[in-house]
Amino acid sequence: MATTKAELGDSIRERVRCALKQQPQPTVTVLSSLLAVQDAIHYLPDEAIEETAGFCKASVNEVWSVASFYTNFRFTPPGAHVIEVCWGPSCHLAGAQGVLAAVQQELNLFREGETDDRRATLRYNTCLGACALAPVISIDHHLKGRITAGDAKDLAGGLLVD
Amino acid sequence: MSTAFEELTNRAAGRWQELTDGAEPWIRVGGGVSGQAAGSDEIFTSVLESLDRFDVSARVSRVGSLGLMYLEPIVDVTLPGGSRVFYGNVTKDIANQIIERHAGGGSPVTSRAFAFEGEKTGGLEGVPRLEDLPEFRAQVRIATRNCGRIDPYDILQYAAHGGYSALEKALFRMTPEQALDEVKASGLRGRGGAAFPTGVKWSFLAPSKAPDKYVLCNCEEGDPGAFNDKGILESDPHTLIEGMILNGYATNSNYGYVFIRHGHDIPIEATRHAVGQAYEHGLLGKNILGSGFSFDLEVALTGDSYVAGEETALMEAIEGKRSLPRYKPPFPAAAGLWQKPSNINNVKTLAYVPQIVFNGGKWFKSIGTESSAGTAIVCLTGHIKRPGMYEVPMGMSIREVLEQVGGGVSPGKRIKVLQTGGPLGGVLGDESFDVKIDFDEMSKAGAILGSGGIIVGNETVDVVDLIRALVAFNQYESCGKCFPCRLGNTHMLETLDRLCKYEAKPADLKLMDRIGESMKLGSLCGHGQLGYNPVASALKYFEEEFRVRLRVTQPEGKSTNGSMILPTRTRP
Ligand SMILES: Cc1cc2nc3c(=O)[nH]c(=O)nc-3n(C[C@H](O)[C@H](O)[C@H](O)COP(=O)(O)O)c2cc1C
Ligand code: FES
Repeated sequence: MATTKAELGDSIRERVRCALKQQPQPTVTVLSSLLAVQDAIHYLPDEAIEETAGFCKASVNEVWSVASFYTNFRFTPPGAHVIEVCWGPSCHLAGAQGVLAAVQQELNLFREGETDDRRATLRYNTCLGACALAPVISIDHHLKGRITAGDAKDLAGGLLVD
Repeated sequence: MSTAFEELTNRAAGRWQELTDGAEPWIRVGGGVSGQAAGSDEIFTSVLESLDRFDVSARVSRVGSLGLMYLEPIVDVTLPGGSRVFYGNVTKDIANQIIERHAGGGSPVTSRAFAFEGEKTGGLEGVPRLEDLPEFRAQVRIATRNCGRIDPYDILQYAAHGGYSALEKALFRMTPEQALDEVKASGLRGRGGAAFPTGVKWSFLAPSKAPDKYVLCNCEEGDPGAFNDKGILESDPHTLIEGMILNGYATNSNYGYVFIRHGHDIPIEATRHAVGQAYEHGLLGKNILGSGFSFDLEVALTGDSYVAGEETALMEAIEGKRSLPRYKPPFPAAAGLWQKPSNINNVKTLAYVPQIVFNGGKWFKSIGTESSAGTAIVCLTGHIKRPGMYEVPMGMSIREVLEQVGGGVSPGKRIKVLQTGGPLGGVLGDESFDVKIDFDEMSKAGAILGSGGIIVGNETVDVVDLIRALVAFNQYESCGKCFPCRLGNTHMLETLDRLCKYEAKPADLKLMDRIGESMKLGSLCGHGQLGYNPVASALKYFEEEFRVRLRVTQPEGKSTNGSMILPTRTRP
């Protein structure tokens, strides 16, 4: 039996509520709630904004103002895999622009976002924190350093087929 | 001594004895953010597999980072009663060899060992002591003393190295005023960027009689090229926790937050776990060790925003709002988090505090220079032989650090440019490399020490292109509250883009200067006020490189001079 859009929305709401309730730290805020939801379902659908507003007793506008400010929040579902490329200055000196260009070309993406088949998401990062091993990328949140443009191209290509 | 503390130290000594001199070898695998990027997760797995394959029983721990990032993945083996032998750039094959030969009870794999520690046992001919490696000899490790040595998930290993004895000393043998006096006497200055004297800052908060006062630790660490805050948290989080409790005690505050950027899972998990352990051992919470002093601590996360590292913006973020800087005054000591009196310090600043309280302010003051006491925890990256995190005494010259610690650049090349203090810092040219690592000396030279990042560029670096990358970062990260910063950075980036594409006009240099002046005058926080630093310092040392871009048209086939790939999303 096919699930209706309303039912899908309900299951998202359920997961959002669960993430909101399960925050481990004592101080719960709009920001901490949005981070918890993004961690659980990897993006912030409209349902997440509404639920967060209800949960934090804030207005939808207030929640949107926070969600739209921090650059790690996404509003559409990510691809099956996420590749992040650092463009910070340590990586820049080690050839990050070449790595970025190779990944872009391989994924046929010329800005951050998802490939057409939604197998991969490309993101840029200002610093992944492993600058001593520049250039650095991360694949599904696992860091890889001392990457060449060729390695990056192969790794990105691998995401499209596996 | 409190009995609870005595019990902790006894158990800790037992644990250490058992690890280093028990029945089995102890294998430590380096970890942390850089370790992961170098493949240490895979090496950890293959160490476990090899133990299985060769039927060797051993204790295995993940430690943080020794700071020798260029040698990651690092694996070291301590045989019962024997030396600790370090292996660097370990591959699966090498891991196999190490386990089969060395951990199996035989002799070390000498050809693969880069250093050893402790008693020199057989099979280590020609292998230097860790402290004799050039990059170690120059270091004075205070805040990073345990990094790479202990398992960050084991509070007993921290306690076995004197951990929490400064807290015990303060709680039972010092008044809060005496603890604060030691920090004042130490001459400690903030390691987060502004270099403000820490004791003075604390003394703004201490006298307040408000019931709710907060001490905050800043691990936003958005500066690309700096990883020492995360380095301390992922390697030795209890040092920070002890420093924060002492901060609370000295200022009569009972609540603390460690503020970390979301997404840096390794330091976040290590810190959260350590906070939980400190609660379990009665080192956090009500009536710590029976002293009557109570202190609660939690980890708060921020979304991606560089400006969230600015002290008042950070408070907005902990409160769950957009991280926009506040107007000052009121200063945090009067109205900070939730409008309550607050103090804020960087991770490194607080990580020095346990040693200062334990050994006395005078001891700390005796290290370093007159105006900058103690050490600098520098992160060397870029075109340098030994990228990593090193704790050197203040007063060493930058050139000495680059050569002795960093090992210099690749043969046949020379160092041309240094970028220090993060993207709001500046660049230094050759004539300044003899400047001392010292807050005041460096700012006189036109750069800042800031949080300790030193990005090294060799002669192949195109300075205008590097400056464009820094300004692109500043433009992307402007929070947008003040228009001189928001628009100024955008104009500056466009101008640098024109320069890189050989399309700029002579008037453009003057234009950047005027934009920079407006940003300095018209912005609320350091992001706008310091945003012109990279360009101003580059014009000071490398003006000719800018001028050349005005004279020549684009050389044929020079690909680095085109557009830069940048994120397109800017804050609404
Ligand atoms: C735009 C901006 C970003 C900052 N980012 C950080 C940061 O990531 N970490 C930090 O410790 N301080 C940062 N600071 C400095 C803080 O405002 C503050 O001075 C510091 O945390 C105080 O700690 P300290 O006295 O121990 O240095 C930043 C300042 C500005 C203006
Ligand atoms: S600059 Fe790329 S990881 Fe820090």
